[in-house]
Amino acid sequence: MSRDNTYQAVMARKNEIMKSSMGLDYEVYRQGELAFDYERMMNDCGFTLEDIIRIQAETKVGNTPMFELHNLTRAVRKISAPGKGARIFLKDEAANASGSFKARRASISAYVAAQKGYKGVIAATSGNYGAAVASQAAQRGLRCIIVQEVFDSHGIGQPEIVEKGRKCEAFGAEVIKLSVGPELFYYLLLTLEETGYFNASLYTPFGIKGVESLGSELAVQIRAMTGRDPDAVVVTQAGGGNLTGTARGMLAAGCRAQVVACSVDLSGLHMASDHDFNRKSFTTGHTGFGVPFATWPDRVDVPRNAARSLRYMDDYILVNQGEVFYITELLAKMEGIERGPAGNTSVTGAVAMAREMDQDQIIVVQETEYTGAGKHHNSQLAFARKMGIEVRRGNPEEGVNGKSIVIPEHLSQVKGRKQDMEKLRVSYLKNAAKQLAPEKWSDADRRFVAADVKKDLAWLDAALKSI
Amino acid sequence: MNKILAGTWVEIEKVLLTPEQRAPQVPEDTRATPYVMKVAGFLVADAELGSETEVRTLSGRKVSGVLKVVRPHYEHSFGETIEELLTIGLGGEL
Repeated sequence: MSRDNTYQAVMARKNEIMKSSMGLDYEVYRQGELAFDYERMMNDCGFTLEDIIRIQAETKVGNTPMFELHNLTRAVRKISAPGKGARIFLKDEAANASGSFKARRASISAYVAAQKGYKGVIAATSGNYGAAVASQAAQRGLRCIIVQEVFDSHGIGQPEIVEKGRKCEAFGAEVIKLSVGPELFYYLLLTLEETGYFNASLYTPFGIKGVESLGSELAVQIRAMTGRDPDAVVVTQAGGGNLTGTARGMLAAGCRAQVVACSVDLSGLHMASDHDFNRKSFTTGHTGFGVPFATWPDRVDVPRNAARSLRYMDDYILVNQGEVFYITELLAKMEGIERGPAGNTSVTGAVAMAREMDQDQIIVVQETEYTGAGKHHNSQLAFARKMGIEVRRGNPEEGVNGKSIVIPEHLSQVKGRKQDMEKLRVSYLKNAAKQLAPEKWSDADRRFVAADVKKDLAWLDAALKSI
Repeated sequence: MNKILAGTWVEIEKVLLTPEQRAPQVPEDTRATPYVMKVAGFLVADAELGSETEVRTLSGRKVSGVLKVVRPHYEHSFGETIEELLTIGLGGEL
């Protein structure tokens, strides 16, 4: 039987392919045009936090160390006003099986796929998640295919992406390498259809539930180390799953610290542009994912996204490429740990925040990632220079994305800047209004939208008047 | 031309979508280029470089495409030394 495999025809078969590749019917959660029962969807996957922790322990996931960064804290205090400079802690997620927190996210999908009798798993991803799925699949006796955007029209892939592909292969996965473009999703669908494998999407309830253990662990660890709860937890923000899962896990542990997103500012570069593809020195943890996914989570490869970051986000800090490279180098020289640059985005955000916080306050960076050839700030900077991008020391604010990277000369130049949360929420509302005009929203839709941006109905009514 | 023997680990390349067939939301510069896939596998039958051929991938799929690379390998590294990084964290800038 030959099927119509044109872009339009495959996209039209999306729902049917998704249903058979996950055994999950999203329709049952529908409450309105916009609204769905998010909590019921999360609970229906049937795993308690204890189940998650047990399943993850079987495959070398979780229970990662928490370190206090004494030297970095001391350095931050030197450049802060008297009495300022919060204690900075770091959860070393690089210690998970595949070298990043993404192992948590992949672990439950691989477990479910094996339980349900699927022969293999597939994931479409730019990076660490692929390695995580491959590592978890290897341990569960599943075949694995990773669909990855790798090269531009000249066949060139940046070192970080190439390394992430290599790591997938190291765990026995087949890596399908694609050129630049959103048709990654199209080819994912075709491959799911061809193989009948399980769709280990980043955005299923399984993927997010897996991260809840990170949030609860960090609360327990900080309490044991300091006798109190943290004041703020900084999370590198891309698709929003890291923040959503961590925040939910913190809440489950009764921890109400501020949840702060942090992304590398890549404004000015288009994520689907062949030209811009190799002119960005971060392949994840950046605003090209972080902002659109926060302001419209359902732009993903499943009907309803379980990663809904604005539901849990209290603040959002932006840092630039030069600042993160500087902090990555400083972490190695000052704290004696070498970690991947994308994961250090939130370390950079934490430094910027700690300067404004009191010395008795506690800020937690909840993630690191592995480093190595290709996935290293020196590799990324050397590649950027080859692509004609200027690399120099100076005031990082002078960096122009795609043209120059300015690495701070001094720690005091690591400042970051806050995004306007209100603007993000309004942007979400505008996206929702594109789906359905606000005057047609039901009460269920209104309640859902308000909860999805962590606000009440009074705020919603006022905000809708402004758009 | 050199014949590459069946069973050799190779990489093939295939155009999945021509520029006209690409997704409507693709920006202009990307739309000017085809959507291309590369995948590695074991060559199913003897073939020549540049010829249309078939491989058996690690997941056991049979995929066809143009034979581009024999025994593909990785060359990524830590890159040429960025001197601007060397002086960071030595104490001076704090």
